Amino acid sequence: MADTPAEPVKQAARDGIALGLAVGTSGLAFGAVAVASGLSVAQACVLSLVAYTGASQFALAAAVAGGGSLIAGTASAVLLGSRNGLYGLRLASLLDFSGPFRLLAALGITDESTAVALGQPDPAAARAGFLATFGSLYLTWNAGTLAGALGAGRLGSPDTFGLDVVGPAAFLALLWPRLRDGRTERTVALAGVVIALAATPFCPPGLPVVLAAAAALGAALLPSGAAGTAEGPGR
Amino acid sequence: MSGTWIAVLVTAVCCYALKLAGLTVPPQWLAHPRAQRFASLVPVALLAALIAVQAVGRGESLAIDAARLAGLGAAAAALLLRAPFLVVILAAAGTAAALRALGVA
Repeated sequence: MADTPAEPVKQAARDGIALGLAVGTSGLAFGAVAVASGLSVAQACVLSLVAYTGASQFALAAAVAGGGSLIAGTASAVLLGSRNGLYGLRLASLLDFSGPFRLLAALGITDESTAVALGQPDPAAARAGFLATFGSLYLTWNAGTLAGALGAGRLGSPDTFGLDVVGPAAFLALLWPRLRDGRTERTVALAGVVIALAATPFCPPGLPVVLAAAAALGAALLPSGAAGTAEGPGR
Repeated sequence: MSGTWIAVLVTAVCCYALKLAGLTVPPQWLAHPRAQRFASLVPVALLAALIAVQAVGRGESLAIDAARLAGLGAAAAALLLRAPFLVVILAAAGTAAALRALGVA
């Protein structure tokens, strides 16, 4: 019964809310890992409220846990967040927000809200999907962070509950779909691993991860197509 | 203010600023295909590096922790089975915790 123009809008809103609720629960994992890593509950919550981008938040927690260079940890977190700028570029014309509302909408840019918005048939549905994902994911991610952070303080050793594996498992889940994108992505991932592990004995913890960005730089500077993949860049 | 707070605040503000910049700057500023390609590949390189360092890194040395590697293996298996995010996380943590509780690893 798609005889009302509002139908794609409603569908997009439903999809966004469902995705936000499902993914947002992993805020529990971030809150628990953050506190187990040595961040305070308030610090975990500030990251979820303002940075609001999971991979960067886990990366900073990992740097704090490793007792390494906080500058390198911050750099890797910000570098990981650079993809959100790219998402913003793609969303700007589609969402067409202006004024103060744009300041709020910017906060909502994540992997999830971008995927929902770009998957809609028209701009009205894209806006609805973006806002629905933003709203439900922001609320559950932040509630989860607070609950996980408060809960982790009551646990004993984080290793007993396998919390030391939560960060890498979360990174693997975030990386997984990209590994299916093409050979370039798999090559860059492998090069990132090699660079980071080779640098680990010689650098303060955190810096090897930043150095791994050279793998992306190398692949980006190669002439298009030289890496032997069929996919176009930046699609 | 402690160094950790500074790192938290700089990370939070920069991550937000990157999002706002994307929505605000004229699209042609970053229209160069190589800039776009770099921005799109950076997460791949960094995530892979983070996984490796956290899996076998311990400070400035490399160390094998069997329970941790088994947990990551469980996460990969869950991903192959197309499990949702939270199931992947629970499989990884549960596997590591179980192996440690059993004293196997």
